[in-house]
Amino acid sequence: MRRFFLIAIPYAWLLALFLVPFAIVFKISLSDAAVARPPYMPQFDWVTGIGAFLSDLDFENFTWLTEDDLYWKAYLSSLRIAVVSTVLTLLVGYPMAYGMARAPSEWRPTLMMLVILPFWTSFLIRVYAWMGILSNEGLLNQFLIWAGLIDTPLTILNTNTAVYIGIVYTYLPFMILPIYSALERLDGSLIEAAEDLGCSRMEAFWLVTIPLSRAGIIAGCFLVFIPTLGEFVIPSLLGGSDTLMIGKVLWEEFFSNRDWPVASAVAVVLLLILIVPIVLFQRNQQKQQEADQ
Amino acid sequence: MTRLSWFNTVSLTLGFAFLYIPMVILIIFSFNESKLVTVWAGFSVKWYGELLQNEAFLNAAWVTLKVAVMSSTIATVLGTMAAYVLVRGGRFLGRTLFSGMIYAPLVMPEVITGLSLLLLFIGIGLDRGVMTIVLAHTTFSMCYVSVVVSSRLVTFDRSLEEAALDLGCSAAEAFRLVTLPIIAPAVISGWLLAFTLSLDDLVIASFTSGPAATTLPIKIFSAVRLGVSPEINALSTIMIAIVTLGVVTASLVTKRQLVRQRRDEQNAERS
Repeated sequence: MRRFFLIAIPYAWLLALFLVPFAIVFKISLSDAAVARPPYMPQFDWVTGIGAFLSDLDFENFTWLTEDDLYWKAYLSSLRIAVVSTVLTLLVGYPMAYGMARAPSEWRPTLMMLVILPFWTSFLIRVYAWMGILSNEGLLNQFLIWAGLIDTPLTILNTNTAVYIGIVYTYLPFMILPIYSALERLDGSLIEAAEDLGCSRMEAFWLVTIPLSRAGIIAGCFLVFIPTLGEFVIPSLLGGSDTLMIGKVLWEEFFSNRDWPVASAVAVVLLLILIVPIVLFQRNQQKQQEADQ
Repeated sequence: MTRLSWFNTVSLTLGFAFLYIPMVILIIFSFNESKLVTVWAGFSVKWYGELLQNEAFLNAAWVTLKVAVMSSTIATVLGTMAAYVLVRGGRFLGRTLFSGMIYAPLVMPEVITGLSLLLLFIGIGLDRGVMTIVLAHTTFSMCYVSVVVSSRLVTFDRSLEEAALDLGCSAAEAFRLVTLPIIAPAVISGWLLAFTLSLDDLVIASFTSGPAATTLPIKIFSAVRLGVSPEINALSTIMIAIVTLGVVTASLVTKRQLVRQRRDEQNAERS
């Protein structure tokens, strides 16, 4: 009996507040707005039954997504921004994780804390910190002019460049930590063996270190890619009017246009796109766990 | 290897500079006399004074704190239960669905979670306010708690529990006297994680809050959209200070515990 409650309480909570809400999104994405507010047609009716209910649902909202090129442009541009920022984060994060793993072992806990500390600091504040730096009169432009590198201020804030900087900055810890934990476990004698066998330093790095930290690299890339795809805060604070990201489109569809059926359809398609990376990520994690055992 | 090569030194220095310079600049400019955030006009704490008189921000901070305490506490209870069920529960009907629902919210984009909860609350006619934000925050943070707690449960020796049961404990007593003290650090860090996630959340709170309840991130976001302001710099500095203090204290406490544990072990070996 006690076991029943132990299972039933969290189960019921997740059913009611995770699964059912998602089912509602799915239903509304197939519905029409009778008036510009809920309830949406069709409504389930016990008299006409489930057959009539199902036959009234249609894919109109999804067809609408394919007809207005705003949406697929937004999906494509989200994908591009997510891929590019994942690569950039890897390029910044890998050398840091490598340096941490090579640092004397008594420094490592401190370095680790320094990487985690920004993660505990508010996401919003970390994005906001860049607004003052990147603006036209901002510190970066002041510095570049002072250093004599440029004469007129560069426009960085409200462009995609600012979005990339913001994403790399806020998601960097997610990239560093899995790579660091893979590199830290790496047996140094393997690299020595490779060098003894005639590898140069660089060759040993490409042939031994990189392949052995592969699981960490993959995990880090997914941890950056997946949340970036639906990102809302960074494009709306740092991006400009030409920055199209699907999270922002969904937000505006919902709060500004108040077209809930279309917003729901946007959400369903975003989730469909995310299923592939999520499944791949879980496989990678499982392989990792099996390798550990 | 005891020394870092020049390459590693350079990459670590540049990397940490990149991580910390923006926040340091933010903190410095919160003490700026001028209203312009990019021009230094002398030291002043006046923005802190204005912040403390800004009732809208203080109210929002209070709402945020209430929501975070309530949601992280409920999430810790539910998340620990869920972790226990997943690791120790054996087989039961719908187990795959259950573990799926534990992991799915972790990767679900916030805009979708927010949208779906709002549609639910409207569907059942629940007025949006503190209560609905608590429900929403509890749902996603219980999943984080259960991941943290279950990783601790997996690694600990099950025979300790079995010994307690053999010695006459009921299942509940064994949990309270043996299991809970051992997983306590994970439960506490689960609570802290849930608490920070709730303090930090903007997107889900925006969807699930009503006009009656505005949280601090919502307030900051709407202020920041209009541009950079010294008042927000002051607020950010206070928040960074609190977090830094908390994290540094926590790490010093764990370090001291480790040192004590090692000393005890050495003493035990000697005697």
